[in-house]
Amino acid sequence: MADAKIPRQAIPKQTPKDRVKNFNEVALGYTPELAQLEAQRCIQCKKPFCIEGCPVEIDIPAFIKLIKEGDFEGALAKIRETNLLPGVCGRVCPQEEQCEKVCIMARRFEPVAIGRLERFVADWEIQQNKMDLPEIAPPTGHKVAVVGSGPGGLTVAADLAKLGHKVTLFEALHKPGGVLVYGIPEFRLPKAIVARECHILEEIGVDIRTDFVVGRTASVDELFEMEYEAVYLGLGAGLPWFMNIPGENLVGVYSANEYLTRINLMKAYKFPEYDTPIRVGDRVIVVGGGNVAMDSVRSSLRLGAKEAHIIYRRSRKEMPARNEEIENAEAEGVVFNFLVNPVRYIGNEQGRVKQVELLKMELGEPDASGRRRPVPIEGSEYIMDIDTVVVAIGNGANPLVPSSTPGLDTNKWGYIVADTETGKTTKKGVWAGGDIVTGAATVILAMGAGRKAANSIHEYLTTGEW
Amino acid sequence: MFKIVERERVNPVVNKFVIEAPIIAKKREPGQFVIFRLHEKGERIPITIADADPDAGTITVYVQELGKTTFQMGTMQAGDEIADVVGPLGNPTSIEKLSGEMFVIAGGVGAAEVLPIARKHKKIGNKVVAILGFRSKDIVILEDEFRSFADEVYITTDDGSYGREGFVTTELKEHLDKGRNIAEILAVGPAIMMKVVSDLTRHYKIKTMVSLNSIMIDATGMCGVCRVEVGGETRYACVHGPEFDGHKVNFDLLLKRLASFKEEEKISLERYQAAVGGEDG
Ligand SMILES: Cc1cc2nc3c(=O)[nH]c(=O)nc-3n(C[C@H](O)[C@H](O)[C@H](O)COP(=O)(O)OP(=O)(O)OC[C@H]3O[C@@H](n4cnc5c(N)ncnc54)[C@H](O)[C@@H]3O)c2cc1C
Repeated sequence: MADAKIPRQAIPKQTPKDRVKNFNEVALGYTPELAQLEAQRCIQCKKPFCIEGCPVEIDIPAFIKLIKEGDFEGALAKIRETNLLPGVCGRVCPQEEQCEKVCIMARRFEPVAIGRLERFVADWEIQQNKMDLPEIAPPTGHKVAVVGSGPGGLTVAADLAKLGHKVTLFEALHKPGGVLVYGIPEFRLPKAIVARECHILEEIGVDIRTDFVVGRTASVDELFEMEYEAVYLGLGAGLPWFMNIPGENLVGVYSANEYLTRINLMKAYKFPEYDTPIRVGDRVIVVGGGNVAMDSVRSSLRLGAKEAHIIYRRSRKEMPARNEEIENAEAEGVVFNFLVNPVRYIGNEQGRVKQVELLKMELGEPDASGRRRPVPIEGSEYIMDIDTVVVAIGNGANPLVPSSTPGLDTNKWGYIVADTETGKTTKKGVWAGGDIVTGAATVILAMGAGRKAANSIHEYLTTGEW
Repeated sequence: MFKIVERERVNPVVNKFVIEAPIIAKKREPGQFVIFRLHEKGERIPITIADADPDAGTITVYVQELGKTTFQMGTMQAGDEIADVVGPLGNPTSIEKLSGEMFVIAGGVGAAEVLPIARKHKKIGNKVVAILGFRSKDIVILEDEFRSFADEVYITTDDGSYGREGFVTTELKEHLDKGRNIAEILAVGPAIMMKVVSDLTRHYKIKTMVSLNSIMIDATGMCGVCRVEVGGETRYACVHGPEFDGHKVNFDLLLKRLASFKEEEKISLERYQAAVGGEDG
């Protein structure tokens, strides 16, 4: 039985002092001993809420029981029944909002560390040098095009390949993985893990075509001409938003997408060994309070910034970033400036940003999101000297595919309209899911949408009914 | 991997490459570009497609040696492979039957970029006048190609070693002052050249399009590094362009943004040249 006396096991980490000097992973992961100790904390509820809390409904008590019994391989197989990317999800899922939030243990003690256990078994497999490939159904002869290789696209590709369909995964960038490779930094999600998952896909017969921009290299209709019978659009979030304030186009003002792409996809932190440069300077401000802002600000310290600041217009309580990442950032020395908003940037003669004018805010009535709305305090402007700005306030939709695909409807924000249960769009034979449908969300939600769409696509391919 | 099938040094600073890229060759239209990444550690750079042979499945580009990547590309030979070629990107040039003459103005390697556009204008029946500007005689390119179809071709060199001495604007101004029936002007080349052309034609109120060569990474609209100001609004050169109304472009901003990484580019080039020099010696 579960032992209430065992405290939730902390995950070993690099010390803040060490880790700000490198891009290696911060959290080192459980040892088998720690994992088994933590697994003992699960009381194996008869009606487990955690499963409901998981967007892909992993049988959490069952895999934890297997860990407790030392059957790590079995535990991983259990997770893989519903989740293709345990090594990714164990690291980046907001468990505190999902499975762990509803864990019965959380009522009196602390929740079972489900994410850490999930990650543990995924890492264990890598350490054993094992790679268990799923079983593949005999070829059906059906051809499917999956566009975008983020977590959503990877899920659709894997599910359909397992069912015997011939899947081609089209990706605009030179590496598959979507945000997992270009956005989330190495210190939170090692790229080798993503590469391994993509490799598994290839092993089960998925053809990954990088350097292929649907809407430019070929349109969706041309994919149908190439005899793909179904097309899944997992395009992710698109054009980065700016605030439209003076000076935002000065040199040294980056969108978070640009900043993180330079660092993660292009490895600018290894410049000049790698060709892509990045310039950081002594004092960086990152505007925003989400995961993207945390990743940007923590990367800044690792790139040698003496000071890295978060500029957020609400208070700490409203920050959408995961608590764990906020705490990591605090431990690393990130300075948090709450209830302030930039109003303009000031540059030098070379057009390089040198200062920001900030305006203090206070919290007013709750807005549509339920969070208290920040209201400017008149006359509270002040100037701060800076070298770099990263704007991390979200993304809009990328217009490339919608504008080149007649019959594909978008909503007023440009996101693709798709049925929440099936992922079907307004165009026959085309499905969509993930950030391109919901706006910026999470890895697991993109995977959940991919799973539903894969089921719907399979049904369509086998019955011919739309 | 994308194989180089032909490589030719067309002048001391420009190389021509014919590269196997069958899908792009079939799909591309005048005015579009590709992104190159030479190798695993390479950066992503945009290069305009000068020509394509859909049957042979090849595209042709002209690359001027400016920084590390373009110098390194200059050492590549037929048979070598480029890690990534992505495209065709950007919106095709809008090419319509005009009520007057079409003037294409090119600076340096910009001549390669306007070539397919000029050809298509001619093909649909427009009168095409080309003004091609170069620093000096030894770097003049594509003169014969333009002469083979354009109605008039004028060459200028900064030092007067060939054609008319001066800038493209020296030549252009004369035609403007003659009151010729110019329907549209397209200027392609270094940002500073597109700026002076736009400044000149503004007074004559003649539509002037320019093809902006901003820094790009993904070139699908995701990163926003290529943003430019057009008519006071922020636009992304990769998805909204690359062509914009030259009279509305904030060229000063473009020039500054193009210089964003000047120092890093210098470090990169010097490091590369030292390494290559070391190997040779
Ligand atoms: C910095 C950062 C940190 C984050 N941290 C977390 C976190 O901790 N936890 C969490 O759950 N979520 C996090 N998220 C959100 C999460 O990454 C996304 O919600 C998720 O990746 C969305 O998945 P997707 O499959 O919809 O698309 P994406 O991952 O966005 O992938 C889309 C892919 O499609 C490609 N593509 C786009 N257009 C085309 C086209 N026309 N042709 C071909 N390919 C195309 C893109 O290049 C990209 O590779 C973070 C996001 C960012 C940016």
